[in-house]
Amino acid sequence: MLELALKGSPRYWGWLFFLAILIGAGVITYLYQFQIGLGITGMSRDVSWGLYIGQFTFLVGVAASAVTIVLPYYLHNYKKYGRIAIIGEFLAIPAILMCMLFIFVDLGQPMRVLNVLLHPTPNSVMFYDMIVLSGYLILNILCGWVILMSEKKGAPPPRWIKPFLYIAICWAPSIHIVTAFLYQGLPGRDYWMTAIMAAKFLSSAFASGPSLLVILCMLIRKFTNFDPGKEAIQTLAKTAAYFLLVTIAFYLFEVFTAFYSGITSHQYSIIYLFKGLEGYSKLVPVMSICVLLAAIGVLILVTPPLRKWEVTLAIGAASTFLCMWLEKGITLVVGGFIPNAFDRVFEYWPTLPETIITIGVWSFGFFVLTILYKIASSVKEKAIFDKYGEKQIKA
Amino acid sequence: MYDGGKIIFGLIIFIALVTLPFTLSIGKEYIKANPKIDTPEIMKLPEAERKCVESKDFMRKEHMKMLIEWRDAVVRDGKTLYVNSQGKTFNMSLQNTCMQCHSNKSKFCDECHNYVKVKPYCWDCHIEPKENIKKEAAL
Amino acid sequence: MSNINRREFLKILGIGTFMGLGGWSMFEVVGKGEIEAFAEKYKKVPEALQAKRWAMVIDLKKLDQKIIHDCTEVCHRIHNVPKILNPKEEIKWIWEEKFKNAFPEMKDDYMSPEIKNMPVLVLCNHCENPPCVRVCPTKATFKRKDGIVMMDMHRCIGCRFCMAGCPYGARSFNWKDPRQYIKNENPEFPFRMRGVVEKCTFCYERIDRGLPPACVEASNGAIMYGDITDPNSEIRKILSSNFAIRRKAKLGTKPSVYYLL
Repeated sequence: MLELALKGSPRYWGWLFFLAILIGAGVITYLYQFQIGLGITGMSRDVSWGLYIGQFTFLVGVAASAVTIVLPYYLHNYKKYGRIAIIGEFLAIPAILMCMLFIFVDLGQPMRVLNVLLHPTPNSVMFYDMIVLSGYLILNILCGWVILMSEKKGAPPPRWIKPFLYIAICWAPSIHIVTAFLYQGLPGRDYWMTAIMAAKFLSSAFASGPSLLVILCMLIRKFTNFDPGKEAIQTLAKTAAYFLLVTIAFYLFEVFTAFYSGITSHQYSIIYLFKGLEGYSKLVPVMSICVLLAAIGVLILVTPPLRKWEVTLAIGAASTFLCMWLEKGITLVVGGFIPNAFDRVFEYWPTLPETIITIGVWSFGFFVLTILYKIASSVKEKAIFDKYGEKQIKA
Repeated sequence: MYDGGKIIFGLIIFIALVTLPFTLSIGKEYIKANPKIDTPEIMKLPEAERKCVESKDFMRKEHMKMLIEWRDAVVRDGKTLYVNSQGKTFNMSLQNTCMQCHSNKSKFCDECHNYVKVKPYCWDCHIEPKENIKKEAAL
Repeated sequence: MSNINRREFLKILGIGTFMGLGGWSMFEVVGKGEIEAFAEKYKKVPEALQAKRWAMVIDLKKLDQKIIHDCTEVCHRIHNVPKILNPKEEIKWIWEEKFKNAFPEMKDDYMSPEIKNMPVLVLCNHCENPPCVRVCPTKATFKRKDGIVMMDMHRCIGCRFCMAGCPYGARSFNWKDPRQYIKNENPEFPFRMRGVVEKCTFCYERIDRGLPPACVEASNGAIMYGDITDPNSEIRKILSSNFAIRRKAKLGTKPSVYYLL
């Protein structure tokens, strides 16, 4: 099936070439970081995680969100998702690969990464994160590939794949719960140490993932002959709408707990992010944009006419995705470190090399995504569906 | 054979790449590793006491494993003494035991490590002895 | 690795093989013949100091600028701790903080400025229940049998999870090669390399040779240490007759560093 990725339009090759250049820039900058050390980033003794771990956290959510398509389709036989199940599964693969790369580029001694296997440590949440991420990667490659392969042949998927599909559905939330446990189990980081973290991680994942899928489906429809289906896109948008509301609610629960209880240490990070603390306010603009995007997202996704009109839908989905990215990919991680253990504020802002490496990893993800979607759409373009667009009647 | 030309072309590239270590060293001088153990610290010991913690043969083959074991015993178990096969005890320390006698890192360690192109990361942290640079230059 | 037994070895090997990576190479690293002979080959120095759990008492009344300077100097010198001026990349094992920063939860509007700004020496608390050890994915940081929270710089992968886990800001990361920032090196102790986390190790290298921690020695009696599980130890006597506080005790980490006011 891989040969399908080798035949494409000049636009396809141009896009891959463009991504390859960005990947190359990332690799070269990473070699520089490898030489000098993580000192080339904006991280410090006090904000010891930054953009890299933020991206990792966010992308675990994107990967997990494949379940928002796979679950309704395989468990509830929601036929509209029949055609795009593969789109979800194939989004999870590059997302997990990016997660792994972001962890890797964040390590101070990357050559020793296999120490995690050499000295397995079950009391560390990182140990479980390694297991669930690699397991989820394998499950998605397996399920996506086998089902697409049978679709190409015009045959129903083999029966042995079913248990794997169900395992993948249960597995998906676990990857993000474990990732939340990385944070919420740490004493002394009040912004993270809250039981709602895992729930908020899942809800924000199920808002950002489907909104990304809405955009990706629109792009696929525009650039290929494969149509994911209007109804499928609408359902994805509804999923994103509900989970966006839930995420905002969860955040407000947290704000209520911190401020009504009056416990100041719980308030500092929130104050820092929204108003600034002791005159330091680098992340206030980021958080303000985040709030604005959330408002746009809610307005569009919740209002039926705006959600149904695909121009506004695209804007709403993009807003939701960016909002969640700013929240989880930057402010969540950095905010947790401010103020530090000594009640002092040391701010963080990514440096240029750090940003280039981050873009490089994202480009790698989109590179893999493009190839996978190319394969999927080439297979799907040939498949003929019945007049309701639900059942494939011919290969 | 379909695409025979392409396959043969690919094979040629493959063979060229695989044999690169050999082809690159054609014409290069063959320098045999020649480690030295004649440091002043060793030479001033009486002949009978010029012995390492274990036999020369064992050290040559096993020093890397031994250093890893020493490291773990000291750092992880707080055990700092090594009892050798003769029952003699030594303080386990690369910096404070090994290199006290083998004060010639460049001639003792690097000679073979360079030859076999391994780069142990010992010296990223452990401080190497200050070698007598003047003497080296005079020779 | 020297206390590895056959069962544990098989366990590690099994997991390694299960992961499909490095199964065989681990066999090589852990070694075959070595496992049997371990116990007798390595010994503690007879004069090594023993305790069930080391602890420290710092008397804030006795701290003055000279003692603080002497303690930090001697610690950082003998352990080759680099002097980096940029606060973002600083590396510290023991250092001075103001009372209001070391004990932020005790901040009070009506506290006298003298107390607010009273100097406090802070270091790793060698917690009985250390979050850094809990989160470390490679056991690079671990708790010794005598309660010292140790760092194995050889094993650290630099993920900095321990820094996020430590509520005391006791850990520093080598953002760059530290060597250029060390002026007078101590040839008896190693440096660190870039990309690993480091912190106070309760002078394990001195304890294991029968010497007290260097800061205790340099503190002119302001810092005391001993086995906190031993009711007859010096520090237990001090703690039974004085009011002592610990940093962020409510977090359940059970710090082993006590402060006398």
